[in-house]
Amino acid sequence: MKLIVNGEAQEAECKTLAGLLKALNYDGDWLATAVNGELVQHEERAIQTLVEGDQVEILSPMQGG
Amino acid sequence: MLKLYNTEVQSRLLLGTARYPSPAIMEEAIRQSGTEIVTVSLRRETARGGGGGMFFEIIRNLSVHVLPNTAGCHSVKEAVLTAQMARDLFNTNWIKLEVIGNHDTLAPDVFQLVEAARILSSEGFEVFPYTTEDLIAAERLLDVGCKVLMPWAAPIGSARGPVNPAALKSVRAYFPGTPLIVDAGLGRPSHATQVMEFGFDAVLLNTAVASAADPVLMANAFASAIEAGRNAYPAGMLEPRDIAVPSTPVIGQAVFS
Repeated sequence: MKLIVNGEAQEAECKTLAGLLKALNYDGDWLATAVNGELVQHEERAIQTLVEGDQVEILSPMQGG
Repeated sequence: MLKLYNTEVQSRLLLGTARYPSPAIMEEAIRQSGTEIVTVSLRRETARGGGGGMFFEIIRNLSVHVLPNTAGCHSVKEAVLTAQMARDLFNTNWIKLEVIGNHDTLAPDVFQLVEAARILSSEGFEVFPYTTEDLIAAERLLDVGCKVLMPWAAPIGSARGPVNPAALKSVRAYFPGTPLIVDAGLGRPSHATQVMEFGFDAVLLNTAVASAADPVLMANAFASAIEAGRNAYPAGMLEPRDIAVPSTPVIGQAVFS
C-alpha cells in the first residue's frame, strides 16, 4: 500500500505503525510518531492501523535553540 | 534558586544545543557553564542509522533538564502536535512554545501563541512561551496558564542585544512574581548582564555561544556575566547623574597655597 512517510511517497506492506517502523528499519526509543496529524504515542504504535494514503510522521531528537 | 513550574535550578543560564562545531564542544560548553536546562528540537528522522538517537544519548548522559521547543512552527496546529510528540519522546511536560509569525524577523505570532498555550496548558503542559515584550500578550499568556514568560531581546540569532530596554523593564515591573527568561537576540555577555540588571530571572542562549570562536570559553563568559547582573539587581545600582560627585571626602582636605 502507498503511504506518505515524512513527506515522501513510500510503498509498504504493513498493517500497523509498529509494523511500518520495523519494515523501514527504524529502531530505538527516541522516535515520536503521528498519523494524519494526530499523535500516536509509542505504546499505541502496535495497535495503530494504517490504510492506503495515510500520512505518517516519524520524528527524532535534534539540536535546537 | 530559580523555580520554573515545580522545578528548582541554581543556574540562570539556559543553553540551546544547535550550531556547535561538534557534539563534543556542545557537551563541554554545557558542562563547563553549569547550565541545568538545555533546549532541543524534533525533526524528521531521515538517517535510519539513528542520528537522532546519538544526539539523544549525549543529552541523556548530561543529566540536565530537557526543554523541547516547537521551533519552525507557524500555526497552532503544528505547534500543538509538535509539543505532543515532544512530550511522548522526551517524557517531560515542559515545552518551549514558539509560533513564528514572520519569516524575516522570526517574530512570535502572539495571537496564535496564546491559543496554542491555552490548549497545551489544558493538556497538562508546562509552557515556556517565546513571546515579545508586549504587556497584553504577556497578560493573556498568564491568563491561559503560563507560569513563565520568555520575551525576546531582539530577533533570534541577531546578536543585537536588548533593542527595547524600556519595554523589557516594563515587563519586569508588571509581572514581579513571574519568572522571566530573556530568550533570543543576545550577542555578548554584557547584553546578558544588562537584562539581568533589569531584574530578569534567567537568560536563554544558543547562537551567541555556539557560533563563538571558542564556544566553551564563551559559555563560561556568559555564565559569569549572568551572575554579575543577577547580583547587581538586588544590590541596588546607582542611577546616572548629570553632575560629578566626588568619591573622596573633601572634609579635612589640606589646603596648599
